[in-house]
Amino acid sequence: MSDTGTTSAAPPPLVTIKPRRSWLPASPLELWTFRELTLRFAARDITLRYRQTALGTIWVILVPLLGAGILTFVFGGVADLPSPPGIPYFVFTLAGMVAWTTFSQVTNRSSSSLVGNAGLVRKVYFPRLLLPISTVLSTLVDAAVSLALLILLLLISGIRPGLGVITFPVWFMLVVFLALGIGLIAGALMVRYRDITYILPVAIQFLLFASPVAYTLASVPADAKWLFQLNPLTALLEGMRWSLIGTERPSAWLATYATMFAVVLLAAGVMVFSRMERQFADVI
Amino acid sequence: MSSDLAIRVEGLGKAYSIRHQHNDHVTLAQVALEKARHPLRRSEREDFWALRDVSFEVNRGEVLGVIGRNGAGKSTLLKLLTRITGPSEGRIDLWGRVGSLLEVGTGFHPELTGRENIYLNGSILGMSRKEIDRQFDAIVDFAGVENFLDTPVKRYSSGMYVRLAFAVAAHLETEILLVDEVLAVGDQDFQKKCLGKMHDVAVDGRTVLFVSHQIASITQLCDRAILLDNGGISFGGPVLASAEAYNASMRSAPAMAERRTTGPLRIDDIDIDPGPVSAEAPKKFRFSVVPISDFHVPYSVSAHVVDQRGMVIAQCDSRLVGLWLDPATPQDVTLTLRQPWLLPGEYRVDLFVYSSGVIDSIQGAGHFTVGPSLPYSGAGIDEALALSTVLPDFLYSASSSAVELASTPQHPGIGASE
Repeated sequence: MSDTGTTSAAPPPLVTIKPRRSWLPASPLELWTFRELTLRFAARDITLRYRQTALGTIWVILVPLLGAGILTFVFGGVADLPSPPGIPYFVFTLAGMVAWTTFSQVTNRSSSSLVGNAGLVRKVYFPRLLLPISTVLSTLVDAAVSLALLILLLLISGIRPGLGVITFPVWFMLVVFLALGIGLIAGALMVRYRDITYILPVAIQFLLFASPVAYTLASVPADAKWLFQLNPLTALLEGMRWSLIGTERPSAWLATYATMFAVVLLAAGVMVFSRMERQFADVI
Repeated sequence: MSSDLAIRVEGLGKAYSIRHQHNDHVTLAQVALEKARHPLRRSEREDFWALRDVSFEVNRGEVLGVIGRNGAGKSTLLKLLTRITGPSEGRIDLWGRVGSLLEVGTGFHPELTGRENIYLNGSILGMSRKEIDRQFDAIVDFAGVENFLDTPVKRYSSGMYVRLAFAVAAHLETEILLVDEVLAVGDQDFQKKCLGKMHDVAVDGRTVLFVSHQIASITQLCDRAILLDNGGISFGGPVLASAEAYNASMRSAPAMAERRTTGPLRIDDIDIDPGPVSAEAPKKFRFSVVPISDFHVPYSVSAHVVDQRGMVIAQCDSRLVGLWLDPATPQDVTLTLRQPWLLPGEYRVDLFVYSSGVIDSIQGAGHFTVGPSLPYSGAGIDEALALSTVLPDFLYSASSSAVELASTPQHPGIGASE
């Protein structure tokens, strides 16, 4: 957006504004100078989410419990799928839900953050990347609560995660990368094409069932396995669950594939976003 | 010299592409379909240059006025300077942080409390937490909302709301400040306070770009002004000369070009006698309002008489006299302006049609000249007229005077100015 460049004038201008059509973010440093605003956006989102609710912050705890409860009922109860030995189905789904909710919330919130703040985008300048990034921060709060619940359940039921637990932050980060990558592309497109608003929730709903959130890759029919493995979320979900409750670990090549996928998608997201950023105010 | 620069704009241009198919809502499906049918054809577009070849410099500490009518490119210029949108060509160099008072209350959230909104809005406008901390009391004090700091702003009266919003924006401490016209908000007292604050900002050595089409406030606050017309700078120089050029351009402009909206009702058939008329003669403005499309809400009309400095000296709003018009049929409207008496000079008439908002408006719907003869019995001494905006109808009496001085006595006490 702005390059602090030097010109012939004695003191260089603080900011130079020029036409720009680039696939790279204008000034990554600028994101840092705007960090306070990023935090304020995140704080605003968290405050607003629960301010007018009767139960308030209790929802932070209720939502993951209800979510995991429903999946347990459908997959563990109605479909009668087996959970890995020694692990109650509820604990198993809750572990999957930590990863899944993070993924779906980051995707949903980051993609709608531009359109949701259209008034601001039209009238004030700040690096637009702040908006999707701030949604990641506000989602971290929800993830932390689900995680705390899970840890509590693990303590009660006496399940010990293995050494793999130290890899948890990596899995978590990759899930966020993947989600943010999708969110950035969808969000940038949504500014011009509101169709995305309708497509995305359906796609995410589909992914919920197409990914091993409430079942293991092991319970997938063998001849359809490759299809599931194409989905990068599969390895990330299995990986995160392995780190948390010691279920089966995804194979090394599957983990590598998912890692590459997430990193490349995030990079692509940043590029698409940067390319379209300058027009946001004109078309939103 | 260059070290004294605050803003340098060189060959700045901004193009918007206008699609030719006239789709208001372009959907992904439509785009995909179009691409599938004609994979090689690029969609037909035409560039509309909202701003082109604009170059100017502003020195540090200078207050530069930017004038121009609606659609001249003022807001595009502001959007480029604030980086809300990017230029298509040219460049802008800025020596200093830019703050803008473009939209009061941007980012205010009704569910958040006054305190939370001050911090959020301050950050959005580019203030750091430390700056806001330091200015917090001043902001609260300026807005007068001490007792409601922890109340969600949705419970504020609209007056309190705009006061708080303006207060945050007014306490920005950037080196360069962009100020847009519609800033004086709230009740009269607060408007005065706003104008005072803007004046303070203008005189305390900061660089200010003041944008308006109220020439009166521009001439008050700026030394120099640029006149934007049709996306380019048509005049730049001392503020009075720019104001003169603006008025000249308003007179020469084809009246219909100044139309603001294309709503369901249109002003048509304007008949305004260019004069010269005498100061005290009733002025008659005739126009008609024609329904274009279905509209069922009674509407009101208004005519503004604007003097050479750009000040609206008479707002003849039909709501004040209880006139609401029926939108079903074309209406011929005649407005007779009996008072105030007008100073000799040139006047512009702007016409408006309102329902719940402006439905149609024409800036410079007509012009008329008031002749030099005065409705007073005494001599027309220039000095004695210099401070008035309109001609007062007044009467003196004193215990012992050599000659009885009186203007025509039939409308005593109207429009007296000090």
